[in-house]
Amino acid sequence: MSLLRITSPHAHGPLSTTRVMQTVLLATLPGVAALAWFFGPGVLVNIAVTSFFAIAFEAAALKLRGRPVLRTLDDHSAVVTATLLAIALPPYSPWWLLAVGAAAAILLAKQLYGGLGYNPFNPAMVGYVVLLISFPVQMTTWAAPRGLTAELPGLLDALRACFDPASFDGATMATPLDLLRQNSDQSLAALYEATPQLGAWGGVGWQWVSLGFLAGGLWMLYRGIFTWHAPVAMLAALAAMAALFYDGGGPGSGGSPLFHLLSGATMFGAFFIVTDPVTSAVSTRGRLVYGALIGVLIYLIRTRGNYPDAVAFAVLIMNFAAPFIDYYTQPRSYGHARGGRP
Amino acid sequence: MAWLADYPLAAAVLALVALGGVFGALLGFAAERFRTEGNPVVDQINAILPQTQCGQCGYPGCRPYAEAIAAGEAEINQCPPGGEAGIQALADLLDVEPKPLDAEHGEEAPVKSVAYIREDECIGCTKCIQACPVDAILGAAKQMHTVITGECTGCDLCVEPCPVDCIDMIPQAETLKTWHWPLPDPAAGRVEVIATDRLQDRAA
Amino acid sequence: MRRVHAFHGGVHPPENKAQSLAAPIQPAGIPPQLVLPLAQHIGAPAQPVVRVGQAVRGGELLAEADGFVSVPVHAPTSGTVSAIEERPVPHPSGLPAPCIVIDTDGADAWAPLAPLPEAERADPTKLRERIQGAGIAGMGGAGFPTAVKLSPGPGKTIETLIINGTECEPYITADDTLMRERAGDIVAGTRILADLLAPREILIGIEDNKPEAIAAVRAAADSDMEVVVFPTKYPSGGEKQLIEILLGKQVPSGGIPADIGVVCQNVGTAVAVHEAVALGRPLVSRVTTVTGEAVAHPGNYEVLLGTPMGWLLERAGVDSERARRLVMGGPMMGFSIPEPACPVVKTTNCLLVPTEAELPTPPPAQACIRCGLCAEACPATLLPQQLYWFAQGKEYDKLEGHNLFDCIECGACSYVCPSHIPLVQYYRASKADILARRRESEKADHARERFEARQARMERLAAEREAKRAERKRAAEAKAKAKAEAAASEGAGGTDDAQAAATADPIQAAIERAKARKAALAAGTAGEPADRLATLSANVDTIAKRLAAAREKLDAYDGGEASVAEALKRGVEKTEEKLARAEAELREAREGASEEA
Repeated sequence: MSLLRITSPHAHGPLSTTRVMQTVLLATLPGVAALAWFFGPGVLVNIAVTSFFAIAFEAAALKLRGRPVLRTLDDHSAVVTATLLAIALPPYSPWWLLAVGAAAAILLAKQLYGGLGYNPFNPAMVGYVVLLISFPVQMTTWAAPRGLTAELPGLLDALRACFDPASFDGATMATPLDLLRQNSDQSLAALYEATPQLGAWGGVGWQWVSLGFLAGGLWMLYRGIFTWHAPVAMLAALAAMAALFYDGGGPGSGGSPLFHLLSGATMFGAFFIVTDPVTSAVSTRGRLVYGALIGVLIYLIRTRGNYPDAVAFAVLIMNFAAPFIDYYTQPRSYGHARGGRP
Repeated sequence: MAWLADYPLAAAVLALVALGGVFGALLGFAAERFRTEGNPVVDQINAILPQTQCGQCGYPGCRPYAEAIAAGEAEINQCPPGGEAGIQALADLLDVEPKPLDAEHGEEAPVKSVAYIREDECIGCTKCIQACPVDAILGAAKQMHTVITGECTGCDLCVEPCPVDCIDMIPQAETLKTWHWPLPDPAAGRVEVIATDRLQDRAA
Repeated sequence: MRRVHAFHGGVHPPENKAQSLAAPIQPAGIPPQLVLPLAQHIGAPAQPVVRVGQAVRGGELLAEADGFVSVPVHAPTSGTVSAIEERPVPHPSGLPAPCIVIDTDGADAWAPLAPLPEAERADPTKLRERIQGAGIAGMGGAGFPTAVKLSPGPGKTIETLIINGTECEPYITADDTLMRERAGDIVAGTRILADLLAPREILIGIEDNKPEAIAAVRAAADSDMEVVVFPTKYPSGGEKQLIEILLGKQVPSGGIPADIGVVCQNVGTAVAVHEAVALGRPLVSRVTTVTGEAVAHPGNYEVLLGTPMGWLLERAGVDSERARRLVMGGPMMGFSIPEPACPVVKTTNCLLVPTEAELPTPPPAQACIRCGLCAEACPATLLPQQLYWFAQGKEYDKLEGHNLFDCIECGACSYVCPSHIPLVQYYRASKADILARRRESEKADHARERFEARQARMERLAAEREAKRAERKRAAEAKAKAKAEAAASEGAGGTDDAQAAATADPIQAAIERAKARKAALAAGTAGEPADRLATLSANVDTIAKRLAAAREKLDAYDGGEASVAEALKRGVEKTEEKLARAEAELREAREGASEEA
């Protein structure tokens, strides 16, 4: 009998980092499917190409840093980052845009800080913001949704758009958030009347994509991948802000709560970005605060800021604040008087 | 003062000078008002030093070495009993770069030792008693001496003066009392295989 | 029905208790050799009172308690003490410790047992003495001397006595079977503990995954004992967690349950107390669960303390090919034992021999993703991942600031960690490091105090010497002055100048005085040559005598130690030198004297 000397605990729970990452990837499926249905297969090409670049950059960085490459790649975190970034980018983006995004996310935001677990900022959102600031034109052209365009691009078109962008000419359209922000004179009712892509709630296509990500998020919640605190706090805060400034749907209105919940990257952000454990606050109380402040910021940036979709900026700003939130939301340890803080 | 408006450069210079004067006065006042008594940094350094009083650093005891460090006369890497951990602590305290231990002053012993007098051989010369910096040796002239183990710092200073060489430095073995868990080695994982075939042998 | 409270965190690992519950408790038998460590408890090791070769009967004292926080060790059966030496003991370090080894004779002859007389059972001191004297230490796993826990100290009244039948660790069923089969003994032991502490309420806490045990204890319990059932969750059997579950109160950090009027005892301890008091039987055996997939006959065994684990495992049919590790305790808090020769001790509640498939070797740790699952699982409401960062950076102040010392090392954080980081190991090591540092710095402070005291003493002695010299000098000066004054007053005029010169030039005067002293000394030596000769010759005599003694000692020493002989020889040589010097001096003095004459 050769006995192993292992320290306790000898038993281990079923969860592993790799399993967590795989679950996140699976949970994106409904949202991605909705994206592909309404805006064409561009998003699939986005995911494939970005993942390829992300894995390549991650492997190169690990090699340079002298870390075990295969064992670390096995945690799937690079693919998750790439997938989330690719979902956030406009479909039919050219390959170089995806490469730059992957480089910013993996190299700049993750590996330069020491790899998984050490990055203070959400890598996918860093990649997104770097691209948004550097290439505003490419980043603000969003494909027109099914039903509002004569013909959706096929898979071949999507590949062409990626690798030979000059030859691709897809129909694009302003996103619902854009429309609402640019509106200054019409009442909301008139605006919905005038623009078909606003659809019923959050915009044609957009509302179903949002519901897809909501479904995936709820599934992850059920699987115990994260706790409800941050996403629920974020959605509640955003809805509350929208309700507070709804203003009866007049020209100055920022949009209804339902519109804000189901438009843009709200659901995607709430369940896939805000829940990123590495860059968020840790304690449950901290996550409530963290999520709620993101919700408030999203509304403020959407209605008052320069960029229509605010999730990335709101998340990055709150990433700054996460350690600070953690410091002030430390739980009371067993056997210590209430209010005792080290 | 209105003329100042015509000479913006002069105004700026004046303002800077005035500001400098005010803050200088303030700093001077603060330095006087909140002057610290004594030299607390010596105490802080001394608190880090292991207090073996062995003199390996070249100073007659830990406090003199602490004073020398505070005065900038000594390097922080002259204390073998303090070892790398001690150097690190001193570097943190004084906000300087840590250096490797200066081999000139000796090497860090992996295990602490205590002095032991072979009592049969002791001739009672009291030389070791005079040498011991912490009064850890008990005895009188022409009487056998012995080391109070609990008080011994393992400084070695008693070994040299003994005319009959009856003092040994005995490394203290690890016991159940002194053993403690090591930090996991992240590179190695946490598996350590202890192969033992006893049961198999007996079963066979 | 009592309201049951919840504690923060906790996990639900697979219970795996059914395997060892199939059969009732069975005696393991008498192994050919018993190895009894002197320290099977927390506190000072016991002191042996038997010698090698002595025959002992079952129940006889082998080693007595050394102080208040200590318990004795008794012979589990009859046999001969064959050795008192260091043997491997069940300890995570794998280091050996002093043990008494008994070669059993198989007769199992026992010394007569003496139950505590009824009349003395009302006396708490007598009861405590009996409990300590029977060698009882907490049987739940920690092994703290029970009598100490039963002495809450003056001014502390015990409101609640809790009997812990939780057994929340997976796999272990020792307490479960004990409650099923010996509920009466548990209640009897509880009664004794209650008599001793006089609590207001007596609670017996059992997790709801042991319905049979609950029924058995309920049936046996007295009317003033309440059996409280609560949901299964690890680690509800932890003393602090159990108190929170049952009472909704928390033990203050750094305190003990008695601080809030609670004493907690394990069911096994209650049985041991009953046997010690009512039967007079010391603690020499215990119920140990032997389980794991590598064991053919898992179950609960009544094992004599000191039984080698390997022997017990063979009885249980261990498959040494499939056995990957040997764990004493459960899979959450037990530690792996590198050596099957280790004996079963008072705290061995379980021997777990899992196969690789059952409890796989953990993969290398991945990076912490700050998922916070550990913080959710922590029953002490700590921030394990924060502690992990600080432990890696050895930031001891921050570790203490984040209440590292409230960690009960239950392993819930490591259990849930998706990155397989051995968190508990970091905390254990850091705690030990901090304690070691504290000890070291205390020692350093002590050494500094002694060093400073010594410096002060040396300075004082030097100052005293200096003061004496100055005193003598002053006295001499005063004398000279008085003499000069006397001379001045005797003669007139001429000496005035000399006196004036003397006062004007003190240095000159000092030189003069020194000259005068020398002259006086020379005159003295010359004057009393006989005295000096006598001193010197006496000196020669003493040294000669010392030399003779040293030579005798050298001759007498025939021992093998070359260094000792060397030292003695050197001593003789030195004395010879001294003698020669003294003789030369004496000769010189004699010559001088004869010249003068």
